[in-house]
Amino acid sequence: MRSYISTALMTMAAAAVAAGVAGTTTKAETREADTVARVARGAYLVSIAGCHDCHTPWVMGPKGPHADMTRALTGHPQDEKMPAPPALNGQWVWAGAATNTAFAGPWGVSFTANLTPDPDTGLGKWTEEMFIATIRTGRHQGVGRPVLPPMPVQVYTNMTDEDLKSVFAYLQSLKPVRNRVPAPIDPPEDGSR
Amino acid sequence: MIGKCVPAAIAALSSLLVASPVPQPPERLADTGLYARDDASRVADDVHAFSPQYPLWTDGAGKRRWIHLPAGAAIDATQLLEWDFPVGTKFWKEFSFGSRKVETRMLWKATPSQWIAVSYAWNEDGTDAVLAPAEGLTGAADLGNGKRHAIPSRTDCLACHGARATRPLGFNAWQLSDDRDPNALHGEPLPDGALSLQSLVASGVLKLERSEDPAPRPRIATDNPATRSVLGYLAGNCGSCHSREGDVPAVTPFLPMHQLLSDADAVARVMTARATTWQAPGRDEGTTIVAPHAPDASALLARMRSRRPSSQMPPLGTVVRDDEAVDAVRRWIELAPR
Repeated sequence: MRSYISTALMTMAAAAVAAGVAGTTTKAETREADTVARVARGAYLVSIAGCHDCHTPWVMGPKGPHADMTRALTGHPQDEKMPAPPALNGQWVWAGAATNTAFAGPWGVSFTANLTPDPDTGLGKWTEEMFIATIRTGRHQGVGRPVLPPMPVQVYTNMTDEDLKSVFAYLQSLKPVRNRVPAPIDPPEDGSR
Repeated sequence: MIGKCVPAAIAALSSLLVASPVPQPPERLADTGLYARDDASRVADDVHAFSPQYPLWTDGAGKRRWIHLPAGAAIDATQLLEWDFPVGTKFWKEFSFGSRKVETRMLWKATPSQWIAVSYAWNEDGTDAVLAPAEGLTGAADLGNGKRHAIPSRTDCLACHGARATRPLGFNAWQLSDDRDPNALHGEPLPDGALSLQSLVASGVLKLERSEDPAPRPRIATDNPATRSVLGYLAGNCGSCHSREGDVPAVTPFLPMHQLLSDADAVARVMTARATTWQAPGRDEGTTIVAPHAPDASALLARMRSRRPSSQMPPLGTVVRDDEAVDAVRRWIELAPR
């Protein structure tokens, strides 16, 4: 009986050691798999949430305008100097550039951001917390100026934290592209604020 | 006996394991502890006034500020610039425009890890204030010229006070220093009986690293009075974000308080030499934060002058330019030592 118990205990101990070794490897592999899965989910979310509609410059092709994926998510091209926007009044209240990366309206002129992880001109210095705070508060990095139209933060704030983490993980996985997007242009002072 | 004890023990254990409910702020300001129980027109005896030497600009609002500390509790000031307040600490700040009270904000350390930031909106008569909605209230007071004061949303409260590491901003060693700046912009005379660093140490509610030390007298360290008042103003109005501490370390430029207290002229030199990624209208490249002797080419002044949403600084909490501060900063840049 004693021999049986000893054998059983030794077997359990060996199994525990084996599981421990295997567990170490598995945890690392699991983390990597989690990251891969998160980036993949982020890519999926970006593809269906309309991010390319404004953050990827559009060009005219044989079938009409389409996103230029060679400049995916790089924002308004720094070399695309925009003239003054057309006069807007009455029922026409906003206008968009041919690239679909610059927009004029009551908020002034907004330019879509470079979402690639370039440290100087994109999201390279951003943290996941900053990204989530931006979407949750509607303010740049969660504390700065308002995020301007037509960025639909009021829609994206309904994403879960896990969704936003996935989107951020995907954006950070992109190749950094240096493209300094112009700062927004204020509307004329009208004393209404 | 065992039959009775085991379920009771399980129930007690369960109550520990179940997350405590989030404390909720009272619906009325009168129930927060600010006022005496028997006289709502009088501040409670265990609530104390204070006045930071470099006040935040809020479109010319008149302000009164108070703190309540739980009986017998003390503030841990072992780190002179990082005070740790006891659970139960409450701050209030009352905002008035003209003679009308508009809102009273409350910052309440409700749990060891949680500050609650809310505001109470006063009625027209100034007789009662009720909890403002989480999304804030626009149009809370008419400021003239078509501008209106807005009670901030709770997320905007935390934009300045820190979402991750929440902290009071006007109650710290340098704001309460007894060595007050006589040239502080919008500096206020100390209310009767107002707390100061020295009185806090003397009363035993502020615990320093060494209890035998005299109360420190921190000040912006420079021989230039204009540099002292301008950098003090910027620390009070901009330093909560531009400190390279807290939630947004990447936001630059920054005003490190420990350097302001040791060598403020060095901080001024860094501001002068440093370019910012912010682009002044019509410029392709970044602008210098402070262009010596050229205020109109300085990003600092351009953003202080702006009250447009995309370019104004601070980006929230104000819709009226602080002309007195703009003039002071302009003079400081014009007269900057070569």
